[in-house]
Amino acid sequence: MSDKPKNTQKAKQAGQTKQTKQAEQAEQAEPRRLGVFKTYKLYVGGKFPRSESGRVYEVTDSQGTWLANAPRASRKDARDAVVAARKAFGGWSGATAYNRGQVLYRVAEMLEGRRDQFVREVADADGTSKSKAALQVDAAIDRWVWYAGWTDKIAQVVGGGNPVAGPYFNLSSPEPTGVVTVLAPQESSFLGLVSVLAPVIATGNTAVVIASEKAPLPALSLGEVLATSDVPGGVVNILTGGTAEIAAPLAAHQDVNAIDLAGADEALAKDLEIAAADNLKRVVRPQSVDYFATPGIEGLTAFLETKTVWHPTGALGASGSSY
Amino acid sequence: MTIEKRSSAFEYAPAPESRSVVDIAPSYGLFIDGEFTEAADGKVFKTVSPSTEEVLSEVARAGAADVDRAVKAARRAFEKWSALPGSERAKYLFRIARIIQERSRELAVLETLDNGKPIKETRDADLPLVAAHFFYYAGWADKLDHAGFGADPRPLGVAGQVIPWNFPLLMLAWKIAPALATGNTVVLKPAETTPLSALFFADICRQAGLPRGVVNILPGYGDTGAALVEHPDVNKVAFTGSTAVGKAIARQVAGTDKKVTLELGGKGANIVFDDAPIDQAVEGVVTGIFFNQGQVCCAGSRLLVQESIHDELLDSLKRRLSTLRLGDPLDKNTDIGAINSAEQLARISSLVERGEAEGAERWSPSCELPSAGYWFAPTLFTNVTQAHTVARDEIFGPVLSVLTFRTPDEAVAKANNSQYGLSAGIWTEKGSRILAVASKLRAGVIWSNTFNKFDPTSPFGGYKESGYGREGGRHGLEAYLDV
Repeated sequence: MSDKPKNTQKAKQAGQTKQTKQAEQAEQAEPRRLGVFKTYKLYVGGKFPRSESGRVYEVTDSQGTWLANAPRASRKDARDAVVAARKAFGGWSGATAYNRGQVLYRVAEMLEGRRDQFVREVADADGTSKSKAALQVDAAIDRWVWYAGWTDKIAQVVGGGNPVAGPYFNLSSPEPTGVVTVLAPQESSFLGLVSVLAPVIATGNTAVVIASEKAPLPALSLGEVLATSDVPGGVVNILTGGTAEIAAPLAAHQDVNAIDLAGADEALAKDLEIAAADNLKRVVRPQSVDYFATPGIEGLTAFLETKTVWHPTGALGASGSSY
Repeated sequence: MTIEKRSSAFEYAPAPESRSVVDIAPSYGLFIDGEFTEAADGKVFKTVSPSTEEVLSEVARAGAADVDRAVKAARRAFEKWSALPGSERAKYLFRIARIIQERSRELAVLETLDNGKPIKETRDADLPLVAAHFFYYAGWADKLDHAGFGADPRPLGVAGQVIPWNFPLLMLAWKIAPALATGNTVVLKPAETTPLSALFFADICRQAGLPRGVVNILPGYGDTGAALVEHPDVNKVAFTGSTAVGKAIARQVAGTDKKVTLELGGKGANIVFDDAPIDQAVEGVVTGIFFNQGQVCCAGSRLLVQESIHDELLDSLKRRLSTLRLGDPLDKNTDIGAINSAEQLARISSLVERGEAEGAERWSPSCELPSAGYWFAPTLFTNVTQAHTVARDEIFGPVLSVLTFRTPDEAVAKANNSQYGLSAGIWTEKGSRILAVASKLRAGVIWSNTFNKFDPTSPFGGYKESGYGREGGRHGLEAYLDV
């Protein structure tokens, strides 16, 4: 296949002299035992399908050592993910904010238990040391805690009663916009991913995530965590493969309400923004973000609509009644 | 007094909750600086189960010296606790919330034993709300910059908190969760009749790894509370309880720079219009006054019913009251539990006798009261006028006074004819009438076509002599911030 990543050749060469990373780790743990490799799969509708296309691509660490084959999702996978996200939207957006907060906090709890696994995967994926990867993972866990607390507060901060002139009472309250496509940042395989995903679902949206193309494995493992964290199936759907290839049909998809372009380069972002205009998707352009800094509320408000409800207040006297 | 016979065709079998889920020690100390300790003067008092008069445990009684020790511990802890990043404080509070959820069955049984309220209420109302309050305020700890109180709101310091016996653990949660989230440290005095759940909470703080001195628990009587309120190194006073004590506290702190919130008494009006859904209204009226044996500051203790539906509503109400089950609070079928103390029972009885003496008509459903413990049958007063004591004074028991009105204006005037202004209920199918009446009522919480609903996101507090300040919601943060 002509569209294989360039470093495949290098990886193959390296593979001749050097063991694969998974085998290496398995041997370190138990020298006499042959390690069990993990087949990484997509996460769509609460299930773990292989790609409809049957394609995979080789994922390597920064040294070019083979890590695993990741599924190379197709446009059909992307459409399936939107269907799953739409199906999950009613239940998730209709859940109480308190409930959503509990579920997000549960994600943090589950991640904490798998901390070592993620430190290893992030170190390989981002080509950093274990200690730097640990900082990323810890920050990502704390990020879920931060957003868990926001679910039942954001309406108080951005909504409220309006002092209208007239015998009416009205209340503005935020509502989720719907299905959001998220292009996860390319360079921060885990903390960056969590930083763009968590605010989307905290407010009641459902998400179709395209993981970092070069470093997709932590995202796929996050899918396994979400599946065991009381997050209803379909609320988060995770696709791996060519970012441009998957993003194009999603940006043009008529049943997607918003798109976060964090993981797109300048040229791709422009193309996608143009495609998104067709059904007036809410678009968040790529921006440089320090993912270690405490986030503001922009991630939450970007995918919220404001609804204002009016009601007559009536009058008590016999005259001037507006009942 | 009329007694009506209840049908006994289908009696419930007893369904008692097991006591074995809670392990009550024969004695408890004060919780100061992360440790249980005896009172300096060695004083103790007994806490009894109101439904059986059984002594549950002996508890250390804090004196002025203990208050001083606890405030000093809280002051020492304040420096580190307030300097902790909000995200770390948040995680402690999330831990507390989770442990409360894990231990909620144990705590529910404990609360029922010590307070006398039905297990149905502790299990389904108190405990879920307690956990929810810690969850809600946990989330604020790292978001205070966004709460609308300035860019970098600061905590006040040491909070002295005095809570009542009607919702011992819930009132603790209302006080402690926002205090800790904002970076304050706490000295809390639970009521003398219900100290146990606060002491169990001390153990939860230990399990959560909360730093020493951040939370201190001092069981005791009114003198302990007074010593805490007037301690010169307390920066914030939070009190929930009677209006009389609230006024004493307001006088005590006058001239100091202590910040004060007071959640005091109420005499809530439940206004039922002629277009209200009757069955729904009856349920709301029953919830409004018989929940927690009426020992609720925001209870709907005055029923204002539109004259044209008075008879129909009263018939439904009496029929409904006849189905309430009074008895063992640990029985899952029980609706009405025990009155919290002999003292409170005496207060209720004397006010009810006064109501009869003043000419109001008293009615209770047929109801057998257990021989041991403190019990009072659900009671209605009809033919009540605004001048009657039972229409003016807070009874804090299962006693409902029924008045009538003809026009919405009259309903509003009568509802507002009270020194209190905590809660009110409006029952009508017309949304515009709900809003029109609500805008005229002088009360801090108004429920429309429902009653006694609580949520940690919603501010709660009174107008007039029901106190000042709000607890809960974003507003509840303000009481603990230097703003």
